[in-house]
Amino acid sequence: MEFCSNLTVALRVNGRHYEVTVDARTTLLDLLREHLELTGSKKGCNFGECGACTVHLNGRRVNGCMILAASAEGAEVTTIEGLADDGKKLHPVQQAFIDQDAFQCGFCTPGQVMSAVALLHEGHATSATEIREWMSGNLCRCASYPQIVSAVQAAALQMGGS
Amino acid sequence: MQAFVYGHATDIAEALVEGGTKDTVFLAGGTELLNWLRLGIANPARVIDIARLKGLSGVTQLTDGGLRIGALTRLNDVALNDDVARNYPVLSQAILKSASAQLRNLATIGGNPLQKTRCGYFRAEELLPCNKRTPGSGCSALHGINDKHAIFGWSEACVATQPSDPATALAALDAVYVTQHRSGGRRIKAEELHTLPGDTPEIDNTLRDGELIVGVELADAAPQSAYLKLRERESYEYAVVSAAVALDLDGDRIGRARIALGSVAHKPWRLAETERALAGVAISDTSAIRSAIDASFAVAKPLPHNAYKVQLAKNATARTIRSAAARTPS
Amino acid sequence: MSIGEPLSRIDGPIKVTGGARYTADLRAPNMLHGAFVTATIPAGKVLAIDHSDALAEPGVVRVLTHEDMFPPKTTVAGPPFAHSFLPLQGDEIRHEGQPIALALGETLEAAEAGARRVRVRYAPTTVQPPAALIWSELDRAAVAPKNSGYFFFEPEFTKGKADQNLAGARNRIEAVYSQPSRHHNPMEPSAVLAQWRGDALTIYASTQHVYAVQTGLAALFGIPPERVRVISQHTGGAFGVKGLIWPQEALAAIAAKIVERPVRIVLSRANMYSFLGYQPRIVQKMGLGADEKGTLAVVTHDVVNLTSVTDDFIEFATEASKSLYATPSMQLRQRAERAHVAMPTAMRAPVEGPGLWALESAMDELAVDLGVDPLNLRLANYADADPATGAPWSSKKLREAYDQGARLFGWRERPRAPWRDGDWIIGHGMASCLMGTFRFPSHARVTLRRDGTAVIETGTQDIGTGTLTIFPQIAAGVLGLPSSSIELKMGDSKLPEAGPTYGSSSTTGVGAAVLAAAQDVRGQLARLANLSPGEATLADGRIGRAGTTEGFPIADVMNEAGEREIVGSGSFDPTQHGAGYSMRTFGAIFVEVGVDPELGLLRLRRVVGSYSVGRIINPRTARAQLVGGIIWGWGMAAMEQSAFDASLGRFLSKNLAGVTIPVNADIPTDITVHFVDEIDEKASPIGGKGVGELGATGVAAAVANAVFHATGKRIRDLPITPEKLVA
Repeated sequence: MEFCSNLTVALRVNGRHYEVTVDARTTLLDLLREHLELTGSKKGCNFGECGACTVHLNGRRVNGCMILAASAEGAEVTTIEGLADDGKKLHPVQQAFIDQDAFQCGFCTPGQVMSAVALLHEGHATSATEIREWMSGNLCRCASYPQIVSAVQAAALQMGGS
Repeated sequence: MQAFVYGHATDIAEALVEGGTKDTVFLAGGTELLNWLRLGIANPARVIDIARLKGLSGVTQLTDGGLRIGALTRLNDVALNDDVARNYPVLSQAILKSASAQLRNLATIGGNPLQKTRCGYFRAEELLPCNKRTPGSGCSALHGINDKHAIFGWSEACVATQPSDPATALAALDAVYVTQHRSGGRRIKAEELHTLPGDTPEIDNTLRDGELIVGVELADAAPQSAYLKLRERESYEYAVVSAAVALDLDGDRIGRARIALGSVAHKPWRLAETERALAGVAISDTSAIRSAIDASFAVAKPLPHNAYKVQLAKNATARTIRSAAARTPS
Repeated sequence: MSIGEPLSRIDGPIKVTGGARYTADLRAPNMLHGAFVTATIPAGKVLAIDHSDALAEPGVVRVLTHEDMFPPKTTVAGPPFAHSFLPLQGDEIRHEGQPIALALGETLEAAEAGARRVRVRYAPTTVQPPAALIWSELDRAAVAPKNSGYFFFEPEFTKGKADQNLAGARNRIEAVYSQPSRHHNPMEPSAVLAQWRGDALTIYASTQHVYAVQTGLAALFGIPPERVRVISQHTGGAFGVKGLIWPQEALAAIAAKIVERPVRIVLSRANMYSFLGYQPRIVQKMGLGADEKGTLAVVTHDVVNLTSVTDDFIEFATEASKSLYATPSMQLRQRAERAHVAMPTAMRAPVEGPGLWALESAMDELAVDLGVDPLNLRLANYADADPATGAPWSSKKLREAYDQGARLFGWRERPRAPWRDGDWIIGHGMASCLMGTFRFPSHARVTLRRDGTAVIETGTQDIGTGTLTIFPQIAAGVLGLPSSSIELKMGDSKLPEAGPTYGSSSTTGVGAAVLAAAQDVRGQLARLANLSPGEATLADGRIGRAGTTEGFPIADVMNEAGEREIVGSGSFDPTQHGAGYSMRTFGAIFVEVGVDPELGLLRLRRVVGSYSVGRIINPRTARAQLVGGIIWGWGMAAMEQSAFDASLGRFLSKNLAGVTIPVNADIPTDITVHFVDEIDEKASPIGGKGVGELGATGVAAAVANAVFHATGKRIRDLPITPEKLVA
């Protein structure tokens, strides 16, 4: 087993291949923000206690601050920047967030949207109660919770109730 | 974080050999370890990533009717597995009330029970007097803020609690943690994984250095089981008190009850006296159930600010017995 | 879309795509990352700082301490500084968590690791800790406060014979209500990027007031304000903790000057609890005296709040008693309890937020005592004029708010006895809502271009309140253009000076300036079209005479006049509007809660908030503000506290796990926000007042009143947690 204090991580982010040399301590979140300048994912607490850094790793929603970049070797990562179709047309969840006024300051919003997209894929939108519970890993201080729930419901309808 | 070198294990033998030294830690889900690194709770020189080890994920049925869950199985996958949800709902519920969806996609069933206490003094970003962090420095919570701390089994050295919900459910289910170690693995009964603080509060569990949990085994199915997690807000929070109950009912009587409470002690706390007293009691006999519960609380030792946890724990137990009994096996 | 319409947020696309950039998203070439070292004792001196280990950490470039500092060119005293004390100027420690060194590294990891390796030796001195939460002890510890710049109002007020009236009242309530210190916890940790070019400083900051940072830092360095440019395009929530200059803004600029490289500091969540402001512990002794019908004869309100040893921050809870109910006598007093703690600051719904917790709980206790409906008790004491001064209200439709809210909730039809829903006991409670109206001068410029687009320029800030949408909306209404044709340039101190984004003041103030600037443009265009400004209207890119179908395309008018653009200016000067009137916003909140007494659980089931605030510019963004405020109030009522360990002299949990703020699952969808039809023509030409904070008032009392209804338990100390509820 080889041990390194700095290593080159190869991964795909939003469909593009990258090789990034990082300190072993670098989190996936900091790789995205500081090395790839994908600053859409936010650092709210850096302890896995707020969800602002939510991204998709190999198709599942996770907190980017809780993963070492090194652990993401070979992974497929999707960030908020990679959600809109070809960077142009908004994802139905993004559109629903706008239509339902599901944000205010916007800082938690990328994490909320990434969580919501995953939640729908997981099939956890069968009721408002279920949506609230499965979105609770994303704190919102402004707070837009009821509108966020409406946005998820609207997106679910739009996307065929998945 | 203090600097470390990172390596990833390609097979378990390699991991066990390299993992045996004191300055090395295993990284699985990372949802505890990364915070320990940031807080200085752990300062390893080497981190071995075991998350990609093969053969340690998945839920398989055992020939004798039980289940084996690979240690690296992500918590959400454990909870949403049909066999687990149907036959061990207490475990499924306990997991789904843990953390957040995002964290449960990372955290593993083998790592979660090894999480450390949420005591505010232990988790502080600076070193505060805390015998668990710095042996001999004192226990700040003993005479300080202890409203969330232990009501059972604490010592003057440490009054912290074990917060893991899955571990509490596994304790009620008499689960077995299967381990491997370079000098041989073993099978640890769930009740025996965690330790009491005594005068060595820096120790949380009985694992040896370099010992890896590779699987969790569940025996008798417990479809009439339930988990209750009591907290100030509705989600994404550690328990004030939690209760895991698994019942075997004989008609309307309790044949066997297994009850473990979480966040009341340094380990999941089995209510052995209550379990004995409940044998044969009718599920509708609320008064007998209450007396049975009381029997386990004779040894409860509240702290200056957590006496309310005693009543809360009793009530949570009663409520969860009712919930477990009400589950109709599907 | 114009005023009154629910225009979708213009900042929507950038915020849902990750395109909105907050300060921590910005970088500068050759930038260093900064991480603070903070004091671990609450009082004393720094004896020695050993940064040799830190400097040995790869990537660490410098560790700055007070020994590296140059003296500020101005005395740091009062606003715009949040505290009359700038850390790292000397060796004195005034509170735990005070910054005492700044590690600078080439990478984030290096700076953070470096900071942790700095070793400090201290000489502790005697600590003044907060007193125990017992009225007699607080009464003894409290002092008459000194105004060092952080007072909003007067600390004492008396009207009539309060003592006598209280002693002689037929029905009397005297009770102490308390709430613990709690932190703002915006989702965005404060961040700053400081960059010097020669003697010119550019600061990117997450702030509620770019001009505060500009003037304060200019004074600090002894340079003209024009040499300091402050830019803040988006701030991720503030709630009051980003309104003044906190240590990181000054220290980033100082560090950047010393090392001659840009410095970016992004506070950790722990830093947010260590040296930024918070709403302090507030303890309030209320007295109400009334006759058998509930008509108040006296209100007494004695408030003590925790503050630092340097400045007295006063939480003016007494303003609630001063402004809400008609009463012939009142006695109000505010005092400070000084301790070695960080400096508090205003938090969303200051003043009336805490004030109504006490007053509206006491009113409910009075209603219970008298056996009258709590709503009727409020109505019986309705103040048709300002109770303290007798001044007329600029506008007040609180009666309508009570009535319409009660109807929407079904208040009059509610079951008198609490009822059960499974394990839950259901209770109902209500309270009045109240908020003062702060107004600040603002300026704006509007430029109309020949191509039918326009630009608004004003140095306001975006903290999520909807400013990015309503200002284009206001201009769109006057200019007759779609709001998508109107660009808003904001968040830059180079732009026309606007008021701060706090105090629920932006719509009233900045909105009025934008309105005036747009009207100025319309006036100039009218003259070009040979119309008198008073009769000109703009619609669909044409200017015409109001009430006729005549009109000319704007482009034609401008072409003929040889103008490529028309620039209009507008201002809002609060002294010119509404003098002699008392201005407040009002409301009523009705809540239904569930209590599970066996498990000590308290959950919110439904809410109706009914508000008298004047004209609503955008019902979507306004509703979001009220809903957000209600959720803020729920957090205050049911869970929020930053527990303080008095022996260590610190907030114990400096994270988001040990401190609970509401999650999505806590909040029901059944929240009704209702606005009374109203225009307040006196407060501002906009016709409306602020709505950002009103929603957070009254909630805690309404909840405690509902808990009392459900359980018979009167809880007077927030938050209402299981240990207080368990049977």
